[in-house]
Amino acid sequence: MNHNLLLIIVSGALINNVVLSQFLGICSFLGVSQQMKASASLGGAVIFVITIASAVANLLYTHVLAPLELDFMKTIVFILVIAALVQIVEMFLKKKSPAVYKSLGIFLPLITTNCAVLGVALTNVQNDYNFIESVLSGFGTALGFTLAIVLLAGIRSRINEKDLPAPLRGAPIVLISAALMSIAFMGFAGLSF
Amino acid sequence: MNKYVERLYNGIIKENPTLVLMLGMCPTLAVSTRATNGIGMGLSTLAVLVLSNLVISLLRKVIPDQVRLPAYIVIVASLVTVTELLIEAYLPSVYEALGIYIPLIVVNCIILGRAEAYANKNTPLLSVFDGIGMGLGFTIALTLAGAVREILGSGTCFGMQILPKSVEPMGIFVQPPGAFLVIALFIIIMNAIGIKTRQRQLVESGCDGCCAGCTAKCETGKEAAK
Repeated sequence: MNHNLLLIIVSGALINNVVLSQFLGICSFLGVSQQMKASASLGGAVIFVITIASAVANLLYTHVLAPLELDFMKTIVFILVIAALVQIVEMFLKKKSPAVYKSLGIFLPLITTNCAVLGVALTNVQNDYNFIESVLSGFGTALGFTLAIVLLAGIRSRINEKDLPAPLRGAPIVLISAALMSIAFMGFAGLSF
Repeated sequence: MNKYVERLYNGIIKENPTLVLMLGMCPTLAVSTRATNGIGMGLSTLAVLVLSNLVISLLRKVIPDQVRLPAYIVIVASLVTVTELLIEAYLPSVYEALGIYIPLIVVNCIILGRAEAYANKNTPLLSVFDGIGMGLGFTIALTLAGAVREILGSGTCFGMQILPKSVEPMGIFVQPPGAFLVIALFIIIMNAIGIKTRQRQLVESGCDGCCAGCTAKCETGKEAAK
């Protein structure tokens, strides 16, 4: 049992990395990886939101949608839940913990339309995960996102000092760095338990 | 030029959503392993985009400004659900190949982006043409990326053998890294021949412009940061 749960986290974070092998959350991956600090904050916010969103989505699916046979409504329900959840989390943090709000605040709204959140919620349903498995898979996935974006930010801060050929500047070199990272992450596919 | 034709031209060439505006990168990278997948994804998105533009344009005077984004999301999500069920019923092989990326059309930036930038200000017919143009532009870009990856990665195009059997295909191109490489290649070529893309300013602004919700909220975010 524990064995299995560990595998879900490792698989979410490394083997099936959400950005580098599933291509979810590419927009913020490319957009916010300019600075190390910003990307670490975004990563923190993503871990927070995805973990909560997978818990709520799982509870809603197993206790409301599935018994009522409304599972075809899951896309609509999940996206609304995520949007509402982000708003609530934002308001809660603003009130209760201004310090955390200050470091995550700007990034929280960006997460609503981060496809990784909806992607995780839908994958959890597809894989028939129970509550604990869903939460752990959400946590693992978000951890993978944070790892990827922080690594990319590190690479980009080094690239910025280099003299690149003009056509490569901007997005292309970032995409090429991402491709190399993705090749490196493919190595984790050999991890088996 | 007729303004309806102009909309099509704008979507396919001038403001091609994938290659020029760099929107909807997630599905572009994810499903472009084969040319047929590109067409399937492109046409599904086109269908949702045309219908959502039509509905939002018809309702543009009814939806209050403050709640327009949640309203758009509900409209788009309903249309995506309908499309998903139709694909599952009539095109099971496409459904199988695209998997989770069909429901994820909801968060495709192109759709909310067009709703916010075009459909809520223009007449239904023009919005439909805008949707067709943008959808075709997306389909063409996806199919192109899919074809390049398929030829390099498995030696075929639309399932037909293109490279001679003696040439060993480079498997990396159908793996995830190939997606990043091929899109990077496209942008390098466009940069080299001098087509301006919006990516540079997007990457630098930090707000990815990916999502219509974000454009509005980014403003508030920036204010909060001050």
